Amino acid sequence: MTEDDADRIDRNRRHFLAVATAVTGAVGAGFVAVPFLSSLKPSARAQALGAPVEVPLGSIQAGEMVRVLWRGKLVFVLRRSDRMLETLDEHADKLRDPNSEVVEQQPEYAANATRSLQPEWLVVEGSCTHLGCAPLEDFEPRPVEGWDGGFFCPCHGSKFDLAGRVFKGVPAPANLKVPPYRFVREDLILIGQDSGVA
Amino acid sequence: MAKVEAEVGKRPEGVWGGLIKWIDDRFPMTETLEYHVTKYYAAKSFNWWYVFGVLAFVVLAIQLVTGIFLTMNYKPSADEAFASVEYIMRDVEWGWLIRYLHSTGASFFFIVVYLHMFRAMLYGSYKKPRELIWLIGMLIFFVLMAEAFAGYLLPWGQMSYWGAQVIISLFGAIPVVGDGIVEFIRGDYSISDITLNRFFALHVIALPLALIGLVFVHIVALHEVGSNNPDGIEIKEHKGPDGVPLDGIAFHPYHTSKDLVAIIIFLMIFSAVVFFAPEMGGYFLEHANFEPANLRATPEHIAPVWYFTPFYAILRAVPDKLWGFILFGLSVVLPVFLPWLDRSRVKSIRYRGWIYKSALTIFVITFLTLGWLGVQPAEGIYVLMARIFTVVYFAFFLLMPYYTKIDKTKPVPERVVYHG
Repeated sequence: MTEDDADRIDRNRRHFLAVATAVTGAVGAGFVAVPFLSSLKPSARAQALGAPVEVPLGSIQAGEMVRVLWRGKLVFVLRRSDRMLETLDEHADKLRDPNSEVVEQQPEYAANATRSLQPEWLVVEGSCTHLGCAPLEDFEPRPVEGWDGGFFCPCHGSKFDLAGRVFKGVPAPANLKVPPYRFVREDLILIGQDSGVA
Repeated sequence: MAKVEAEVGKRPEGVWGGLIKWIDDRFPMTETLEYHVTKYYAAKSFNWWYVFGVLAFVVLAIQLVTGIFLTMNYKPSADEAFASVEYIMRDVEWGWLIRYLHSTGASFFFIVVYLHMFRAMLYGSYKKPRELIWLIGMLIFFVLMAEAFAGYLLPWGQMSYWGAQVIISLFGAIPVVGDGIVEFIRGDYSISDITLNRFFALHVIALPLALIGLVFVHIVALHEVGSNNPDGIEIKEHKGPDGVPLDGIAFHPYHTSKDLVAIIIFLMIFSAVVFFAPEMGGYFLEHANFEPANLRATPEHIAPVWYFTPFYAILRAVPDKLWGFILFGLSVVLPVFLPWLDRSRVKSIRYRGWIYKSALTIFVITFLTLGWLGVQPAEGIYVLMARIFTVVYFAFFLLMPYYTKIDKTKPVPERVVYHG
């Protein structure tokens, strides 16, 4: 090839074709990536298994708690005694979010003083808002320590009261999450669904 | 030296030589062997710190072989995983040995890699012109951490489950997208069969492939630049008439002979652990992991395996979720920047001043103490200590540009120095 031939090469055209090919290829790669990445999301079966669960309340005594699994997540259902309910407004100054102002942590209907549909029944996810360990029940009050009873996370020492509200000065940033739930009957709740309830 | 070289380069005669020639005409076999093995020259002043690269290679081989055999009996499903590991331990002939070799190998991988990295810090092996070797090495370290983490979920014990819960939840600390990322990693609303299955895929296919590829690139980059040495000088600057560095000897048969001794000593220690203390008092195999995963209760005392505890201690030292995550991430990533943080004119600790020597000593103490604190309960004096040592850990890296610059260095010799 002589120098003259080389000069006749349309470099702009060549550059345009190279860029156009690269861009088209990149867009194609982007589209191909979608099915692979989507396959990592919760599958249809995982979503189906995440269906609501019913919890009968009849046999739970005051002061007792049951642990149920919803979507593989631990949920605490605690029947609070009158003594337990009385303590709730005694330590508001020690709590990080006493009035449930962080909206993601509970449905609207649980953003109240007891964080529940009915004051007696506490329904919260048993997953510490720090790093997801299951908090332990520590319901016995110890007045000497100023402890009114609540939950204690063994992993990193976070503490919550009997409404699942987080105390100040612990690593957990937020109150225990209240899952969506509703009362089907007086003695039966459905966790994972709240439609039809205001 | 020159005479030996002439022999190495010669092809054997007869049928054997003919076969080699036939291959060499079609594939650069002899050329590759000479470039990487028989004519790769490294300083003759290597000491024991220089055996850990080869040892890491040996452990990788152990993990690959034992891993393949474990896969033949393991079942990656939440219902069967725990039982299948017990099946390997009890019913498969020699299954217990293969499993203990693999679990012990995981811990030894980190022991060897940590010592290998410390060697680089002793002799400035990450400094110019070896920055890229260090960067690839750090990538290998990250992949190794991911590999170990994914592998730890597979037995589906209590610690597998809750350890994974804690570490995956870490990503939930990222603002806005955190919860989405956590769900994406798990592939479910909680750690489940689906999570176990994908961690299995990562542990046995994706990450080992990445690891092997990175190790290959690590070695190619090393052989391009040449190995560092305890004096931190470039042996290529003094070559003989045959073009061979005067202070260098061939990797094979000279360095390999020395490495063989190291491999034998290593295997003695390794076997002693496999046969007499495979659980290592709960540090190599945690006691809580002998119980199947229970989604309803976290173990009373939760701690990662020992090789993650220095970073875990930093995570726990911070009383804030997001900042804990940030400092934890930084503590893992900061060593990447060593080649540019270190402003010293010399590479080797032998010619550095008292400041860097003290700093490195303090760093080693800090790293070990943080590792110890990571397995202690997060309360009282331990939290305070973890906070102090976290500050020291970060100070070592962040103040490095300053203290390495003002440190008074000694003159570096032209040629390598023997000690003993």
